[in-house]
Amino acid sequence: MGLIEQLNRKALRLGVPLSVHLDVTYRCNERCEHCYLEHDDLGEMADAEIRSLLRQLEQAGVFFLTISGGEPLVRRDCFEILEFARSLGFNIKLKTNAILIKEQEARKLRSLGIEQVQISVYSDRPEVHDAITKVPGSLLRTVAAIRFLRGQGLKVTIANVLMKSNFHDSAGVRALAAGLGAQFTLDPTITPMLNGDRSPLRLRIATREVRSLFRDPNLVGDVDAFCAPPPPVDNEIDEGFPCSAGHTACYISPYGDVYPCVQFPLPCGNVRKETFLNIWKNSSQLSEVRSIRGKDLPTCSSCAHLGTCTRCPGLAFMEGNMRGPSSADCEKSFQRTGILTAGMVARGVVPSADAHGLVQIDRFPPHPLRPA
Amino acid sequence: MRNSYIARSQKVAWRLLDGEMIIMSALDSMLFNLNPVATRIWQAADGRTPLSEIVRGLICEEFDVDPDVAHRDAEEFVNELASHGILTMSDRPVGLSDDSNKPWA
Repeated sequence: MGLIEQLNRKALRLGVPLSVHLDVTYRCNERCEHCYLEHDDLGEMADAEIRSLLRQLEQAGVFFLTISGGEPLVRRDCFEILEFARSLGFNIKLKTNAILIKEQEARKLRSLGIEQVQISVYSDRPEVHDAITKVPGSLLRTVAAIRFLRGQGLKVTIANVLMKSNFHDSAGVRALAAGLGAQFTLDPTITPMLNGDRSPLRLRIATREVRSLFRDPNLVGDVDAFCAPPPPVDNEIDEGFPCSAGHTACYISPYGDVYPCVQFPLPCGNVRKETFLNIWKNSSQLSEVRSIRGKDLPTCSSCAHLGTCTRCPGLAFMEGNMRGPSSADCEKSFQRTGILTAGMVARGVVPSADAHGLVQIDRFPPHPLRPA
Repeated sequence: MRNSYIARSQKVAWRLLDGEMIIMSALDSMLFNLNPVATRIWQAADGRTPLSEIVRGLICEEFDVDPDVAHRDAEEFVNELASHGILTMSDRPVGLSDDSNKPWA
């Protein structure tokens, strides 16, 4: 067992929130068409509130801290927040579009000991990337920033979110990352907006494209192993948790709302009204999330994919039931293995020859979400 | 070596979890999990206290270990962390660049 796995198990045993994702603002200087956020400032935490929160997170045992937004660097005090967080010993990943990073900012990030910077790049072609961000020149500025960051020796990961409009550019982005000395990750997951608006889902790549991704050895390694039928469900799977959300990780919005995950809009408390640790230990919502085991899932517990599915409880929650299937993950399991999931059978989904019939999620009626 | 002054690097992240220090270097993203003895040495590495004093005054007192064994183990540990840039060693006292940067604060 690797050290990270040991650490996660220890945190789980101790009830420690090892990882926190903190959005310091929802404001942004890009307007990405797939973004799940609204960008108005509805009263984000002030510098003093964030410092108080960071002290509480340190006391709670948080080690991995993701600082993101919106675009975190639109906050004038972002570097002061980062510096203070580093003084408390957090391992920091900064998620940014990087268009405000020049050489001076890159040098500052290096001096602060930021562990890595994750930057979204949608295409190696400016006309495609800039059409998604809706900011002319944004790709050039982002790539220039990556060069500044790499010049300082900082670890940079390029995150390539795949949509219909940029699906064919992923190889180009991967080559761009290699040329810049950056790591590359690819993510075909497009989520509804946190306010419940499901319109970004229209941007999701087609089913056949998901299937082709899962058969690209450059992405998945051993295709036969990756696409193999799932192993039989055993007791460990039955008793297992779906993911770290609410167990060893959580998300905090710029307004102080605590959620199990950035992709799981179930409000669990607000750090402006009570302490973080009180929310972490006593929130009934977090208790409910933590109580769920594989065997408790009404549909998925009977699914052959239970042990290998990436079922996201947050996406399931956004479809109306945190214990239910996440249709996007059902689709991934099916496209990976060719074996129908219990969720698809329950919905009466029958795959057609061209597999277009599986893109059911676009037609789901929106479910009302609890207010954040 | 015993009279070296050791100081924690400012480029690492740390957290004390159940009596053991977790450290991750921003230089190479390597993760370290220190046992309780190593944790105490790392906490005491303020750049102003000689390693010999840390071992004699802290480790031998708190962990009831043989001084020679403790010194040998401490030197091995310090060398390893220094090779990863987690600790720095100096013949003279050095101050941490930020005194508020105390891992046990």
